Amino acid sequence: MGIRVFLPLLLFLSSAIVSFSLYEDQAGITDWHQRYIGKVKHAVFHTQKTGRKRVIVSTEENVVASLDLRHGEIFWRHVLGTKDAIDGVGIALGKYVITLSSEGSTLRAWNLPDGQMVWETSLHTAKPSKSLLSVPINLKVDKDYPIIVFGGGYLHAVSAIDGEVLWEKDFTAEGFEVQRVLQPPGSSIISVLGFINLSEAVVYQIDSKSGEVVAQKSRVFPGGFSGEISSVSSDKVVVLDSTRSILVTIGFVDGDISFQKTPISDLVENSGKAEILSPLLSNMLAVKVNKRTIFVKVGGEGKLEVVDSLSDETAMSDSLPVADDQEAFASVHHEGSKIHLMVKLVNELDNVLLRETIQMDQQRGRVHKVFMNNYIRTDRSNGFRALIVMEDHSLLLLQQGAIVWSREEALASVTDVTTAELPVEKDGVSVAKVEHTLFEWLKGHVLKLKGSLLLASPEDVVAIQDLRVKSSGKNKLTRDHNGFRKLILALTRAGKLFALHTGDGRIVWSMLLNSHSKSQTCERPNGISLYQWQVPHHHAMDKNPSVLVVGRCESDSSAPGVLSFVDVYTGKEISSSDIGHSVVQVMPLPYTDSTEQRLHLIADTVGHVHLYPKTSEALSIFQREFQNVYWYTVEADEGIIRGHVMKSSCSGETADEYCFTTRELWTVVFPSESEKIISTLTRKSNEVVHTQAKVNTEDLLYKYVSRNLMFVATVSPKGAGEIGSVTPEESSLVVYLIDTITGRILHRLSHQGCQGPVHAVFSENWVVYHYFNLRAHKYEFTVVEIYDQSRAENKNVWKLILGKHNLTAPITSYSRPEVFTKSQSYFFAQSVKTIAVTSTAKGITSKHLLIGTIGDQILALDKRFVDPRRTLNPSQAEKEEGIIPLTDSLPIIPQSYVTHSHKVEGLRGIVTAPSKLESTTHVFAYGVDLFYTRLAPSKTYDSLTDDFSYALLLITIVALVAAIYITWVLSEKKELSEKWR
Amino acid sequence: MVDNFCNFDFNFMSEDSYTITGRVRIPASTVIGHAAKFSNIKVILNGGQNITFLRPDGYFTFHKVPAGTHLIEVNAMGYFFSPVRVDVSARHRGKVQATLTETRRSLSELVLEPLRAEQYYEMREPFNVMSIAKSPMGLMVGFMVVVVFLMPKLMENIDPEEMKSAQEQMRSQGVPSLSSLLPASR
Repeated sequence: MGIRVFLPLLLFLSSAIVSFSLYEDQAGITDWHQRYIGKVKHAVFHTQKTGRKRVIVSTEENVVASLDLRHGEIFWRHVLGTKDAIDGVGIALGKYVITLSSEGSTLRAWNLPDGQMVWETSLHTAKPSKSLLSVPINLKVDKDYPIIVFGGGYLHAVSAIDGEVLWEKDFTAEGFEVQRVLQPPGSSIISVLGFINLSEAVVYQIDSKSGEVVAQKSRVFPGGFSGEISSVSSDKVVVLDSTRSILVTIGFVDGDISFQKTPISDLVENSGKAEILSPLLSNMLAVKVNKRTIFVKVGGEGKLEVVDSLSDETAMSDSLPVADDQEAFASVHHEGSKIHLMVKLVNELDNVLLRETIQMDQQRGRVHKVFMNNYIRTDRSNGFRALIVMEDHSLLLLQQGAIVWSREEALASVTDVTTAELPVEKDGVSVAKVEHTLFEWLKGHVLKLKGSLLLASPEDVVAIQDLRVKSSGKNKLTRDHNGFRKLILALTRAGKLFALHTGDGRIVWSMLLNSHSKSQTCERPNGISLYQWQVPHHHAMDKNPSVLVVGRCESDSSAPGVLSFVDVYTGKEISSSDIGHSVVQVMPLPYTDSTEQRLHLIADTVGHVHLYPKTSEALSIFQREFQNVYWYTVEADEGIIRGHVMKSSCSGETADEYCFTTRELWTVVFPSESEKIISTLTRKSNEVVHTQAKVNTEDLLYKYVSRNLMFVATVSPKGAGEIGSVTPEESSLVVYLIDTITGRILHRLSHQGCQGPVHAVFSENWVVYHYFNLRAHKYEFTVVEIYDQSRAENKNVWKLILGKHNLTAPITSYSRPEVFTKSQSYFFAQSVKTIAVTSTAKGITSKHLLIGTIGDQILALDKRFVDPRRTLNPSQAEKEEGIIPLTDSLPIIPQSYVTHSHKVEGLRGIVTAPSKLESTTHVFAYGVDLFYTRLAPSKTYDSLTDDFSYALLLITIVALVAAIYITWVLSEKKELSEKWR
Repeated sequence: MVDNFCNFDFNFMSEDSYTITGRVRIPASTVIGHAAKFSNIKVILNGGQNITFLRPDGYFTFHKVPAGTHLIEVNAMGYFFSPVRVDVSARHRGKVQATLTETRRSLSELVLEPLRAEQYYEMREPFNVMSIAKSPMGLMVGFMVVVVFLMPKLMENIDPEEMKSAQEQMRSQGVPSLSSLLPASR
């Protein structure tokens, strides 16, 4: 009876919509979240008051953040928009953080303790120009001097209290570019120095309270300036002339503007072109010339003399006042694997206040920036701390000869991600250590049982949480049976490759790519993409897997490329080579050699392709498949897609036998006046499709699962801009499905009154894309599914039995495919940044779309919601099949945010990778933050969940055994009494 | 609360750039950390073209917006806001008209309120006997109980005479063997 009741219930449960709901106490068990800020551009210390010591930083990822100076943790952080780059940061009134962004047009004040925005002011700008923020250093709070901002040809004075613009000066007409604003302490007269057309020096003296121009001086400098400037004191600046060989001291406060020229050749012999370095030192400037840094002291009458000279690899901080009207600055230089931090007085460079030597990880590269801060020790002497930014973007705090904390900020700029397996567990390694004793194991499960029955006390809950987070060996460095433990390899903009553990997100190893290849031709290659080079699983089992990092010497696409092969287990570079040709496109081929190295083709700008690895074995494999290699290029600006085929070896031109010429096979030209390519996409080459057939209510459909399909979206040129810049009549969106072998357009779908940006995902036989519908003024999702018509007649059972089917016939792109498509559109209530789809080992588990929303969250949406077979009133048969009644918009279920209460700030991409367990998929999202979780789109049907209560199972078994024993005793007794009767 | 709430603030700035000012209002909550949540709210124009933050009083402003039809989204953890269609009129010197795209409700003033609060976690159901009974182990125990206690009851209900005859029959036939089942051997 009971079973009869439960059976429909079970059926109902299994067919209900699965969402990734988590209980609050499950957060952090399979997922982890890491917060970053990016490479620091500016840093301002706030250590005057007792209490929390902090440093305010702005970064290249457009982040403004307040960091704890003791531990390096983030107090608060704001990620500004992608076009809102921060130009300057300062602290005003001792309580507001001031940021200037968007080329000097947006000024914001943030509350220092909690990061709440206090005010925001938009400033007039006319043309793009250098921008400049000058926050008065007022030690007395009652004297309120305004913040001076220059940007886009306008000079503004803004009140620090409420952001009100007190006055503005329009310099656009005369073309005056402000270079320096000097605010002498205790005076309201500010000096604004700048150039007109880099040839005339102009100084305005302005009353900062009223905006009244007190004095104006100008003087033409014949020859012109280079634009680099260093202010050395309140009445002098030093600039370089346009030839970069003469230093010009400009005195401007008393009397007229005076120029005093000092050729650099007078200072150092054999001087080349000079460069003024950015650190601000008092009465001194740092100049880089002949690959050395020279310190030039500026005398009272503008006389320059060299006081010191350092090697090129030195980074310096601005000078800051220490006791007795003296200023000190910090410099950091390398020596082998150590760095030396020195703090010197500006006036007496021989007087070294501090000399510290710190062991530095070679993988951090060179020091890029130094920010210094001083504090008064208990014995009233000066102590110094230095915040340094390294070549790999990491941020470190040095104090008392040690690294107090460090932050791996390179991970805020991940550009490419792949996954790799961990090494197989060896016999010698024991598992028992992790599993504890049986008693502890049981205790843990009893605790869990209590937790799931809500009988646990608060202390128990904490203990359960601890147990779960540290749970049995999820952080081990060996491969596990389910494939849950993996390495995530992330390539960053800093050129550093990281291996992260999926268990807890820790860095297993990291490697700076350019630290090893110290070749002269290519000093700083920047990594562009990451490929699986060698994944041993059948042969070559003794080999470690390796990845290929493709880089370029410069950002220009015609620059020569660099290949680097990195061992995944050790994180060491196996080899690297300058390949001597440019890299336009890297194509992994579906062939491997006997050591399981994957063959790759690299196309260059000349139209040749190069085969890697350069071995004769690879060449013979490639030549066998020579006729079957096709590739295509997309020229988005011209609106052309070209298909290419291999022609011959380019031995005629070069002696390189691994180089091949290609010829054009087909072109698709989009009319440039009406269509502009905004998005192209193909299927992931390693995707597994379980079945080709799809049951459609007693009918059979065959998915068209060609790997050579490309999705192209074009939009009217007018509609290529932002939303709001175009009317519905002017814009239309057209999507195409193109076969990349033949260039045949299989399907074309046009959306009138729609525009981009288009975010799409292509998997199996379907494409789902997101775009903006201007008529409804809503975002829309459209799904297109492609089915193979030519196999449709196979549904007759007799044909199958008699073998008259064509299921085993090879699919070829040469024959004209008979395909038909089904599509459907839905509204969606959010902007989307990126879309991905879950991928599992065998492709059996149902798929979920992973939608990265504008709010930096990731929403999992069951593919059944974007199924073109949805109808308003599905029939009973369709309902049983799991067809959801049609709604005009897709649901946003808060419980199915896989990021639950986290935000992946600045989300840029989502990567999925299958685990060995069919039900489970790894999801890794990157942006400024990193987030990882493991998902089971159809729940973990092939394994017991972490929540499975072993204790309850044991209790049940014990109870059953006891019951058996009791009943046995009872029946014995009864039998005995029967016999006595 | 600010009493003198001004209607759409429209500023004529230059040839074709206007200012949109609005306000986000979140129902007062007793949850601790409400203020902290408030400081992390972003207001997004046209899918990321501009991003701004809220002032302590909940106001936000987009500057230098051209005339046309725009989309404003509010991103606040724990709340779902409908995107807002905002029409900035060039003819009426930047007059702003706003409509919630989800509910198609037009707003007389640009005050944005969440459509609903979002709960990212499932609520744990309190301890329930049924939940144990429904588990496979519960079903096993239940079946055992049925067999142990109900089966004897069923046996009792059978008429003893009938039982005896059945037993007799069993005994007379002996253990049913294969040969006895085959009619040919008779």
